[in-house]
Amino acid sequence: MIVLAKGLMMIGTALLFIAAIGVNRLPDFYTRAHAATKPDTLGLISLMLGLAFYHGFDLSSVKMLLIVVFVALANPAATHALGKAAIHNGLLPITQQKGVSDGAGERP
Amino acid sequence: MSFLQWITVLVAVALVLPFWRVMRGLTIYDRMVGVSVVGTNTVILICLVGQIYGRIDMFVDIAIAYAMLNFSGGLVMAKYLDTTGGEPR
Repeated sequence: MIVLAKGLMMIGTALLFIAAIGVNRLPDFYTRAHAATKPDTLGLISLMLGLAFYHGFDLSSVKMLLIVVFVALANPAATHALGKAAIHNGLLPITQQKGVSDGAGERP
Repeated sequence: MSFLQWITVLVAVALVLPFWRVMRGLTIYDRMVGVSVVGTNTVILICLVGQIYGRIDMFVDIAIAYAMLNFSGGLVMAKYLDTTGGEPR
């Protein structure tokens, strides 16, 4: 059980670093929102599950599973609302901005 | 250092990294994405610190409250920044 907990925590830490590097290095708001949502949520899920396995079955581990369920629903919803606000206010993706080519030729 | 302390230090480093995006930005939405990542990492950091201190039964309630505040704050800022009233311009 401890080995499973430590493995889940290491996977979660690696996913959090992937999310941080993606937020810093990707070229566009929408790609940054992708990097902020999926690896970050999966990193929180695996770190919280690892901590619940590390702690043992208790009321506290039930509350950690509650945090997992809540954040897995809430974090993509908040980022989706932010992307909806951005695209309503006219922020274009990087493949549709002027002077940027994605290798797919001309766009209408 | 024990295993949990190493994990806590690495999570703290991963928490500091998106502050560069919050400072630099280029648009307000990039800053809000960075704030969302920082808030999610803070929830994990609170639970890890509680496990190290041996008082996880108190710290996990703080983490639940922080997760709810992070979600509602991001959602309210997204609705505030949508200046078209929900219709595409």
